[in-house]
Amino acid sequence: MNDGKTEITVTVNGINHTRRVEPRLLLSDFLRHELGLTGTHVGCEHGVCGACTISLNGRSARSCLTLAVMADRQEVETIEAQGTPDNLSRIQRAFQDHHGLQCGFCTPGMVMAIADLLAHHPLETDEQIREGLSGNICRCTGYVHIIEAVRELARERGPLK
Amino acid sequence: MKPARFDYVRAESVEHALAVLAERGGEAKIIAGGQSLMPMINFRLVKPAVLVDINHIPGLEMIEEQGDRLRMGALVRHRMTASDPAISRGLPILHEVMHHVAHMTVRNRGTFCGSVCHADPAAEMPMIAQMFDGRVEIVSASGSRVLPASEFLVGSLVTSLEPEEMVTGISIGTSSPDAGWGFEEFSRRHGDFALAAVAVTFRVDDGEAIRDARIGMTGVGETALRMRDLETLVDGRRLDETLEVEVAAWLSDNLSPNADIHASADYRRNLSGVLAVRALRKAHARTLERRAASGRERDHE
Repeated sequence: MNDGKTEITVTVNGINHTRRVEPRLLLSDFLRHELGLTGTHVGCEHGVCGACTISLNGRSARSCLTLAVMADRQEVETIEAQGTPDNLSRIQRAFQDHHGLQCGFCTPGMVMAIADLLAHHPLETDEQIREGLSGNICRCTGYVHIIEAVRELARERGPLK
Repeated sequence: MKPARFDYVRAESVEHALAVLAERGGEAKIIAGGQSLMPMINFRLVKPAVLVDINHIPGLEMIEEQGDRLRMGALVRHRMTASDPAISRGLPILHEVMHHVAHMTVRNRGTFCGSVCHADPAAEMPMIAQMFDGRVEIVSASGSRVLPASEFLVGSLVTSLEPEEMVTGISIGTSSPDAGWGFEEFSRRHGDFALAAVAVTFRVDDGEAIRDARIGMTGVGETALRMRDLETLVDGRRLDETLEVEVAAWLSDNLSPNADIHASADYRRNLSGVLAVRALRKAHARTLERRAASGRERDHE
């Protein structure tokens, strides 16, 4: 079958998904349209807003700057792996406790970026936290409550091992 | 926006990538981190007929110490250079510069070589390649060549890479252990491209005169620049107010930056002087610190 499509298998949140896709399909659209995982939000679609941040092989990545075919046989994690309304993840709970969101559009990307920050980056100062979050734009909160949430998570985590 | 149609090849080896380039060079683009290319593809500013994905070619992720040089393989990502011990030893300025390269998530994917190949006139990695005598290793199906960064970088988003060629690595010089460094950049928002940036390394001799200066700039020309004339101007001089005024005046007289919606040419000329003086002062302070530290070590022996 030569319809210009390629078969790919992407592991998303631990489950293998096989689909035939056009090479030009963005990973963000693959997640949302092919898999129905609409937790990943699409803001600018050119890599400046951070709303579509996901995890690719354990590190945060912009899903709008990644092709679905590039994720073939790779591990992707999305916000859907974090928690459910009844059982929030630790990061989500910190956002709730500190009122770290208003409209919620940027929140999935923020949470996925924070997961990477907590796993791999020293967050000893507010400056480090702010720099870590500088790739994610929020137009509601003014960031203060988000930073408070991360500060608490960083304190809980302790120094990076 | 969504990209226009293209074919996709996941290269299994350098030879595989080169074979595709040999066949379809003029209409092909190599993709590594994709952090510059993908926005252009999404906007359809670039419409390659075939995208050659080199992300899965083994052996290109190495940072190697080669004598007094460091070699960055084509898949060395910014995140790796930000924490690598060989870079801490040989090129500590790169750690500091890295904080100004976009954001964590972009640094996770973007590569050193990709940034140099993209040749944005306001990017930091082309400046590092210029300043530390970068040598760009280029291969094609019919041979290989090595170009100095100064010949590789031709203009804004333009390099001398031929369509059937690929960059497999870039080697760069290192700074001497007693050299201090300073990096100053101004951009409107953190992580944005620089309106102007200046990087400086030098050591000082016993009379505290500046020696072995390397000065790089970005955001103020068609490409990132190495400021050899300015290096000559500061060589053998002590950093004092007279020299600072001279440096700022020299930059104001000799730079011809572009004007755009972000800043006028005059603004960039003035900014360059301010940043250069700050970078020189920082480098000077660090040089003295490093010398004092190595003096203390000697006293302990």
